[in-house]
Amino acid sequence: MPVTYPRDLQYTRDHEWARIEDDVIRVGITSYAVEQLGDVTLVDMPAPGEDVQAHERFGDIESVKTVSELFAPVSGEVVEVNADLESSPELVNEGPYKEGWLITIRPSDQGELEGLMDAAKYEEYLGTLDG
Amino acid sequence: MPVQYAGIKKEHEAVRKRAGLFDVSHMGEIIVEGPQAVAAVDRLVTNDVSKLDVGRALYTTCCNEAGYILDDLIVYRLEEEKVLVVCNASNRDKIVGHFAKNLGLGVPWNDVSDAWALLALQGPNAVAIMRDLGAPQDLLELPYFHVTRANLAGVELWLARTGYTGEDGYELFCASDDAVTLWKALLAAGETHGLEPVGLGARDTLRLEARLALYGNDISEETHPFEAGLGWVVKLNAHDFIGRDALRTIKAAGLKRKLVGFEMTGRGIARHGYPIVADGNRVGEVTSGSPGPTVGRNIGLGYVPLALAKVGTKLGIEIRGKVVDAVVVSTPFYKR
Repeated sequence: MPVTYPRDLQYTRDHEWARIEDDVIRVGITSYAVEQLGDVTLVDMPAPGEDVQAHERFGDIESVKTVSELFAPVSGEVVEVNADLESSPELVNEGPYKEGWLITIRPSDQGELEGLMDAAKYEEYLGTLDG
Repeated sequence: MPVQYAGIKKEHEAVRKRAGLFDVSHMGEIIVEGPQAVAAVDRLVTNDVSKLDVGRALYTTCCNEAGYILDDLIVYRLEEEKVLVVCNASNRDKIVGHFAKNLGLGVPWNDVSDAWALLALQGPNAVAIMRDLGAPQDLLELPYFHVTRANLAGVELWLARTGYTGEDGYELFCASDDAVTLWKALLAAGETHGLEPVGLGARDTLRLEARLALYGNDISEETHPFEAGLGWVVKLNAHDFIGRDALRTIKAAGLKRKLVGFEMTGRGIARHGYPIVADGNRVGEVTSGSPGPTVGRNIGLGYVPLALAKVGTKLGIEIRGKVVDAVVVSTPFYKR
């Protein structure tokens, strides 16, 4: 059964989503990534004020079984990190597009947003992956 | 066997609080028969099989001439002249080859790994599930590390009170052709007892909390039983076995390092292969590590020099370039 992804988000090939909210980009991981990870047990993220680079690692997410790197969809400065994940990492499983968001970024180059996929393109991309 | 069905944490909790069903048919099984069966197996393993009564099982290591671990096994004495040896799937070819070479001429043996299936029913509700499956009282009361012939759900099987989770439970050996029938019957009998199918992921977290060694992680051909904390399965003064002389020498020389349990006191999860550090020096390596769903802490096992093996010793675990605090704790992490 095909899962449909929220239409108001942009997606990366590394399975992060980005939502444009006024002057910041809110970032999380997609339900596909959540399903691959299983139970999330720890999220390691940068501090507010740190700079992140598009397509570069900005943190790690750990499930019971594995560790995965988190990649920034755009370059910029981290504005907020989701402090609730420190004590409740399972929020990522429970609501990857809502209370399980990771960080917000103030983008340094709006043009980078053009490189992201919309929901239809992301679904098409998922179709090309194994399993 | 999949990594998970409903999710590792949920499956782990099912086994601790209710019951879980594992398809561990990938395990290797070797049958050794004849009047020499017991003596022949005894020569290949470190524990004393010669004293094993019919219907009993024991845990043992199987070492090479140098005293290092080829595999860890459970040996079941099924009949007077019939012994079942269960080995790890990843070691099947190695152990079958080792047995073929060393059992001795005229000792009939058979690798039945493909013909046999193995299901494990584990958890506090295991007995109630077996009762609902129609098991008579004597099977329900089968003592720990005992094995007996049984017929359940119309399937002929060997029923053992063994497992790899730290919980009470059974392991059921049957013909591969009967495995689906048995699996379905167990799931049906377990429906009202909260039974859930469990995958490899939770199998690993369950065994780690119970400090049961995983071959390839905690023990290997690079480790000997004494430093792995498995000296209790080495019977140097019973009959001769492959590796005995070397193990005597190793024991006389004293341990240099030891497998210890630790828990993370800093924020981080240790994983297999991460360096263990003390005072800025690399002193060892994590052999197993993960969150412990029941103990509620991030736990692990690793080899450290004897001087750092005492409970309460502070260690560092290097996690992606960052040293995170950990402390040596007593094991098992979880005991029912």
